Amino acid sequence: MPNSQFTPGIASGRLSDTELKENFADLHAPLEAHEALVAADRCYFCHDAPCMTACPSSIDIPLFIRQIATGTPEAAAQTIFDQNILGGMCARVCPTETLCEEVCVRETAEGKPVEIGRLQRYATDTVMESGKHPYTRADATGKKVAVVGAGPAGLSAAHRLAMKGHDVTVYDARKKAGGLNEFGIAAYKSVDSFAEREVEWLLKIGGITLETGKALGKDFTLASLQDEFDAVFLGMGLGGVNALRAEGEDKSGVADAVDFISELRQSNDLSSLSVGRNVVVIGGGMTAVDAAVQSKLLGAQNVTIAYRRDKGAMGASQYEQELATAKGVRILYNAAPKKVIGNGAVEGVEFEYTTTEGGKLKGTGETVTLEADQVFKAIGQTLSGAPEELAMDGGKIAVSEVGATSVTGIWAGGDCASGGDDLTVTAVAEGRDAAEDIHSYLMGGA
Amino acid sequence: MADLTSTFVGIKSPNPFWLASAPPTDKEYNVRRAFEAGWGGVVWKTLGSEGPPVVNVNGPRYGAIFGADRRLLGLNNIELITDRPLQTNLREIKAVKRDYPDRAVVVSLMVPCEEDAWKAILPVVEETGADGVELNFGCPHGMAERGMGSAVGQVPEYIEMVTRWCKQNTRMPVIVKLTPNITDIRKPAEAAKRGGADAVSLINTINSITSVDLDAMSPEPMIDGKGTHGGYCGPAVKPIAMNMVAEIARNAETADVPISGIGGITTWRDAAEFMALGAGNVQVCTAAMTYGFKVVQEMISGLSQWMDEKGYESTADFVGKATPNVTDWQYLNLNHVTKAVINQDDCIKCGRCYAACEDTSHQAILMSEDRVFTVDDSECVACNLCVNVCPVENCITMKTLEKGEVDERTGEKVGDYSNWTEHPNNPAVVAAE
Ligand SMILES: Cc1cc2nc3c(=O)[nH]c(=O)nc-3n(C[C@H](O)[C@H](O)[C@H](O)COP(=O)(O)OP(=O)(O)OC[C@H]3O[C@@H](n4cnc5c(N)ncnc54)[C@H](O)[C@@H]3O)c2cc1C
Ligand SMILES: Cc1cc2nc3c(=O)[nH]c(=O)nc-3n(C[C@H](O)[C@H](O)[C@H](O)COP(=O)(O)O)c2cc1C
Ligand code: SF4
Repeated sequence: MPNSQFTPGIASGRLSDTELKENFADLHAPLEAHEALVAADRCYFCHDAPCMTACPSSIDIPLFIRQIATGTPEAAAQTIFDQNILGGMCARVCPTETLCEEVCVRETAEGKPVEIGRLQRYATDTVMESGKHPYTRADATGKKVAVVGAGPAGLSAAHRLAMKGHDVTVYDARKKAGGLNEFGIAAYKSVDSFAEREVEWLLKIGGITLETGKALGKDFTLASLQDEFDAVFLGMGLGGVNALRAEGEDKSGVADAVDFISELRQSNDLSSLSVGRNVVVIGGGMTAVDAAVQSKLLGAQNVTIAYRRDKGAMGASQYEQELATAKGVRILYNAAPKKVIGNGAVEGVEFEYTTTEGGKLKGTGETVTLEADQVFKAIGQTLSGAPEELAMDGGKIAVSEVGATSVTGIWAGGDCASGGDDLTVTAVAEGRDAAEDIHSYLMGGA
Repeated sequence: MADLTSTFVGIKSPNPFWLASAPPTDKEYNVRRAFEAGWGGVVWKTLGSEGPPVVNVNGPRYGAIFGADRRLLGLNNIELITDRPLQTNLREIKAVKRDYPDRAVVVSLMVPCEEDAWKAILPVVEETGADGVELNFGCPHGMAERGMGSAVGQVPEYIEMVTRWCKQNTRMPVIVKLTPNITDIRKPAEAAKRGGADAVSLINTINSITSVDLDAMSPEPMIDGKGTHGGYCGPAVKPIAMNMVAEIARNAETADVPISGIGGITTWRDAAEFMALGAGNVQVCTAAMTYGFKVVQEMISGLSQWMDEKGYESTADFVGKATPNVTDWQYLNLNHVTKAVINQDDCIKCGRCYAACEDTSHQAILMSEDRVFTVDDSECVACNLCVNVCPVENCITMKTLEKGEVDERTGEKVGDYSNWTEHPNNPAVVAAE
C-alpha cells in the first residue's frame, strides 16, 4: 500500500483492500430469520395504516409483515411486488425515515418504528434468491410499446406492460440497464451487484427486449418511436447537472458528484479509484451525502459537505446527515461557494457564510476558505434532451396523475416527469401507473 | 395455484374461512364489508324469536388477557344474541345473499326449547335464501339462564330433540354449534348426529372470569360494581378447541359428521391445523374483532402458499389428514428416544433453558462459566420444556436416536415400537399373563 490517508493530492489506494471491503459492505445487514420474526412481531396491523399511505408505491405493509410473521415470506414478497416490482431495491435505498417508518405508530409510541425497510428486504430477498419470478404474461395483445430509459421508472413500466401481454422494447443510452440503481445509488446500499441481478430477475417475465447503447435524440426520435410503436413511455431521468456558477469552476480536480459516484459504482477494484486527501462536496441532497461518505470510505482524510442553507433546509434527511457525520464527514451549513482557488488544479474553495432573512438567503460578508484537492458538485440534476414536442412544467415533462404527457400516446414518469419526489420508489410507482393507463388506452378502455 | 373453494354440507364458498356468529356478522353493513375483504362466508349473528329483542348491558361487555406487548390472547364477552328486531335481520340477510350468491350465508338461531318456536322461525329464515342454519347451543351466559344456549347444549337429549325438530321442519342443512362447557364433547356431538344434524361446529365460548378489579373487588368486565362470568375466546382457547375437534373426528360414532372448526383461529396455520384434525372449514371471530376484516387476506395467501408447497390441490386433500395420528397415550411408542440439542450459533445465552431444566425438570442442561449451555444426554428425558421456554425459534431442537443407538440415560439400545399396553410395568399386562 504505497499511499495513505495522508498522501497529498488525488491518489488511489489510500486504504488496504480489507479496509475497503469493510467500508463498502452492506450498510444494513440483512435480517436473519429470527430477527425478521421478532421485527415482524412488532407490527400492530394498523387499520388504514399510515405507513401504507406514506409509501409512494402504496405497498400493503401491514399485510406483508403479517405474512412474514406467519412464516410465509414468499406471500409477503408477492404483496410487495404486486405494487412495486423493484421492492428489493426500494427496501435498500428508500429513505424510510422520511417515508413509511416516519409515520409508523410505534415511532409515535416508542420512538422506534417497525423496521419496514429491512423486513421488505427479508421478504423480497427470499423470493429473488430462489431465482423464481412470480409473474406470468397475459395473452399476447399484439401491441407494441417503447420505453425510453431502463431506470426504475422505465423498468417498472416495462414489467407491468409485459405482464399485460404487450411487447415492450426498452432503450437506454447507457451500455448497461438499471439507471441510477446501477450508476447512482451509494455502493453500500446495493452490494453484490444487486442492481444488475434485479434487472435480470425482472426481465424473466419475458416480452421485454432491452436495447442498450441507444439514445433518444441520437439513434432515434420521438416521431420514429411513434411510427413504430403503439405507445411510448419516457423514463429518462435527469441527465444534466446544474452549474456551480462560481469562479474557477473549471479547474482540474472539480467534478460532478454523479460522475464520481457512477465511476465508483462501475469499478471492480476500489483500490484503483483515486480520491483527494481533502475533499469538499458542494450541495445538500442525497447525492452530496453519497459522494462525501463514499470519498471518506475510499480513504480521504478530510471530507466536508458545504451547504448554503441551514440544517433544516437540507434535502438529505436527518438520518442521512447523521450517517455522514458518523462516517467522519463534516457538514458545514450556511456556506455558499464564492470561488474555486488554485493554479490549474484546485487548492481550495472560498465560501461566504449566509443567513436567511425574511425567507431570503443572504451573504453575511464573512468568508472562509476550505483546503481542497478535490471538489464535487452536487447541486442538483436537470432534465436534458427532452423532446421538443412535449409541454414542460418547471423544467420537467408535464404529466397528468397517470403520467400522460401533452401528446396523445406518450407517457412519462420518474425523475424526468413533473410531480413527486425524485426517489426510486416514486419512479417505480409512476412507471407502474403509466403502464396501467397505457394498457387501458391500448385496449380501448376508459 | 391451490384451489381454496370449499363445499361444506353442500354449501359452497370461495374459501374455507367463514366469520363465526358474533358481532362481526350482526348486520348487513358488516357482512358486506367482510365479503369485500374476502371472507368466504358468514354465520349470521344468532337470531331469536319474533317479538321484542333481547337487551344487552350497555357495557363494558369485554374483558381481555394480554401477552407481551399487549397482544390480545384471550377475549371474554357477556354479549347476548342479536339485539336487533328479527325482521330487520331477515331483510338484511336476504339482501346480502342476493348480492353475494357465491358466498356462504348461514343463519344462527336460538329460540326457546319448544317445537313451535323452531317451527315458526325456520320458514322465515328459509325465505331469505340463506344456505343453512346453525343452532346455537353454546352461548354460556345470559341466554343459558333462560333455558337456551348452553343450557340446551349441556343436555344431549335436548340437543337431539331440537335438532330433530329442525331437520323435520326445514330443507336447509342444519349445523349444531356445541358448547365446550361440558365434560365429554363426544356426547353432544353424538346427540346431534342422532338428531340428524348435517354437521357440528365448535367451539362456542368457554365460561370464564378474565380478571378481578382489586379495588372494587369485582370480576371484570364490571358493570356498576358487579360482574358475571363471560364467554372466553381468542388464541388462548385454540388448544382446547382443537382437542375437542379431534375427539369428535376420531370417535367412531361421529367420525363421519362434518365439523366446522372454531376457536382462536388467527392465521392460515391455525386454520390448516384445525382442518388437518378433521374440520371441513373454519370459523373466526376474535381475530376479526382484533385486527379487522382484512386479516383474512393473510389466511388466504398463507393457506394457498402452503397447499402449493405441499402439492394439495384442494382443501379436501388435507382435511382430516392428522386425525389418524391422534391416538390414546397408551399407544405412543415408548421406544422413541430423542435428546435436546442446543444450537450454539443461535443461542443468545439467556439461560432460561437452564433454569427450567435445573429447577423443575431433570438437571440435564449444563452451564459453563462463560455461559455456554449444553445438554447432558445421560440426564435428558426429552421432555421438550427447554424448547418451549427458549426465546429463539429452532435454537433448541430434538434429535431422534436411530434404532440401535444407545440412550445414554438408560444405557439401553433404542428398540422397536413398543407401547404401554405391552410394557412389563403395566399391571394389566402382568395380569393377562
Ligand atoms: C447519487 C444519487 C443517489 C441517490 N440515492 C437515492 C437513494 O438512496 N434512494 C432513493 O430513493 N433515491 C435515490 N436517488 C434518486 C433516484 O436514483 C432516482 O429518483 C431514480 O433513479 C429515478 O428513476 P428514473 O427511472 O426516473 O431515472 P434514472 O434512474 O435516472 O434512469 C434513467 C435512464 O434513462 C437513460 N436515458 C437518459 N436519457 C436517455 C436518452 N436520451 N435515450 C435513452 N436513454 C436515456 C439513462 O441512461 C438511465 O438509464 C439518488 C440519486 C442520485 C443521483
Ligand atoms: C362478543 C361475542 C359474541 C358472540 N356471540 C355469539 C352468538 O351470538 N352466537 C354464537 O353462536 N356464537 C357467538 N359467539 C361465539 C363465536 O361465534 C365463536 O364461537 C367464539 O368466539 C370462538 O371463536 P374465536 O376464538 O375465533 O373468537 C360470540 C363471541 C363473541 C366474542
Ligand atoms: S369499540 Fe369502543 S368506541 Fe366502539 S362501541 Fe365499543 S367502546 Fe364504543
